Amino acid sequence: MAGINTPQNRENPFKQNWFVTATWLLVICYVLYSFNAMGLSWERFNDGLGHASNLLGRMVPPNFSRWSLLMSGLIESLEIAIISSICGIFISLFLGLFAARNMMPSWVSTPVRTLIALCRTFHPVIIAILFVKSVGFGALAGILTLVVASIGFIAKLFAEAIEEISLKQVEAIRATGAGFTSIILFSVMPQVFSRFIGFSTYQLDSNLRNSTMVGIVGAGGLGGTLFSAFQRFDYDFVAAILIVIIALIMFGEFLSNIVRRIFR
Amino acid sequence: MNTIDHHWQRFTLKQKLSRYAVYLVLVIAFVQSIQSVEVIPEFLLDAPEQMADMFTRMWPIDFAYYPVAVHDAMIETLNIATLGTLITLIFAIPLALMNASNIVNSAWCHWISRFFLVSSRSVNSLVWALLFVSIFGPGVIAGVLAIAFRSIGFVGKLLGEAIEEVNMGSIEALKATGASWMSILLKGYWPQVLPAFFSIVLFRWDINVRESAVLGLVGAGGIGVVLDDSMNLFQWDRVAMSLLAIFVIVILAEIVVVNIRKRLL
Repeated sequence: MAGINTPQNRENPFKQNWFVTATWLLVICYVLYSFNAMGLSWERFNDGLGHASNLLGRMVPPNFSRWSLLMSGLIESLEIAIISSICGIFISLFLGLFAARNMMPSWVSTPVRTLIALCRTFHPVIIAILFVKSVGFGALAGILTLVVASIGFIAKLFAEAIEEISLKQVEAIRATGAGFTSIILFSVMPQVFSRFIGFSTYQLDSNLRNSTMVGIVGAGGLGGTLFSAFQRFDYDFVAAILIVIIALIMFGEFLSNIVRRIFR
Repeated sequence: MNTIDHHWQRFTLKQKLSRYAVYLVLVIAFVQSIQSVEVIPEFLLDAPEQMADMFTRMWPIDFAYYPVAVHDAMIETLNIATLGTLITLIFAIPLALMNASNIVNSAWCHWISRFFLVSSRSVNSLVWALLFVSIFGPGVIAGVLAIAFRSIGFVGKLLGEAIEEVNMGSIEALKATGASWMSILLKGYWPQVLPAFFSIVLFRWDINVRESAVLGLVGAGGIGVVLDDSMNLFQWDRVAMSLLAIFVIVILAEIVVVNIRKRLL
């Protein structure tokens, strides 16, 4: 009778992969080892939970009474973000062009690429420390830090965008006998402009986030206010600052969405 | 006769005006910021000289300091980054599942998960570290939790997007066999999001290696503590050693990630 017969020797589609199992076992061993190395005991965790509820309790009515201090920090953060984004994006325009391998000979692009990679390697906070030590406390160190961070991000992506363009338009413009500047302006830029706007708005957004943080090491902005509030255990003021930072970032996201829609 | 006197325009008037408005706002914001930001011009002029001075003080790098303190701190930094990334998964996977509209179909769940993901990303890892240092005291635990909480937003968002992109055919086939939701997740979704999952986690681990190097500045363990100590004591040759160690470890992490991704994808 032709019924439904189930062949017993068919291959299991979900075979046990011993390599993957071994990797997961290794991960579990690592977690156990590192928990041990950290010295995390149950009591410490329990204590921590007590401290956490204490902390949250002290944070809960956020204290906006020192709003003038808050506003001045906020405005400084905003200024740092705007100046550093515009300077950083402007410098990245040139660096990205110089780093593109299809536009420049390799003796230009290789050193520029190394410079960009160097800007990207260190965390902004480390760069901020170095700038604070060399140009002193204040907004200037923050601006320089975020300019470096912007170069590391935008110049790299911009160079990659230029490397992906179609060379036919470049040849067409070159055939008219145009000079180098005209080639860049009329054949390269139109092809990468919309992506460049995308990178720039993203960088403005991320500079806004980072400008609230570089203050922790003394480079100006709201971060300094936050750090000193932490050190003075003014947790209700900390809560107010955190709320303002989150609001600022949401506002930045809203703005960059508008800009992206305009330039789409 | 029909002559071609049509003037071609790329953008409409409204588009043009809104673009110029953006440029104008940018210029105004820039000028306003330059005028009101408190930059002391002498400091700016002095900067190259001061930086040259700093680098000359850094120059003979104190390699002898590496076995003394830098090595252990470096291992601690790597531990913070790795463990932080692993702990992230505990929170990020449920949030990603809640955020994916093809798994959970409730606006409430989407809002809750989005709230957690956005607030995790909005607070910087240093600020998370400050919070956890005041909860658990200075040390590695604060660092691990700071890294973990900072990464939740990133991993959860990208993982949620990867889940939303899966091919629903095999899911429907599984549903038709009457499979339980657990087996649908494990045999239907998981094999499809596996490559995305590993590349997201590796990418975040790479970022976390960079971030965990600075957490020590607020007392959350790792190489940052060594960096901060030697900076407070003006031992610039030791600072240079710590910076070099961070540089090497960041490059190594990137090489590892690039190689694993090549094999994975």
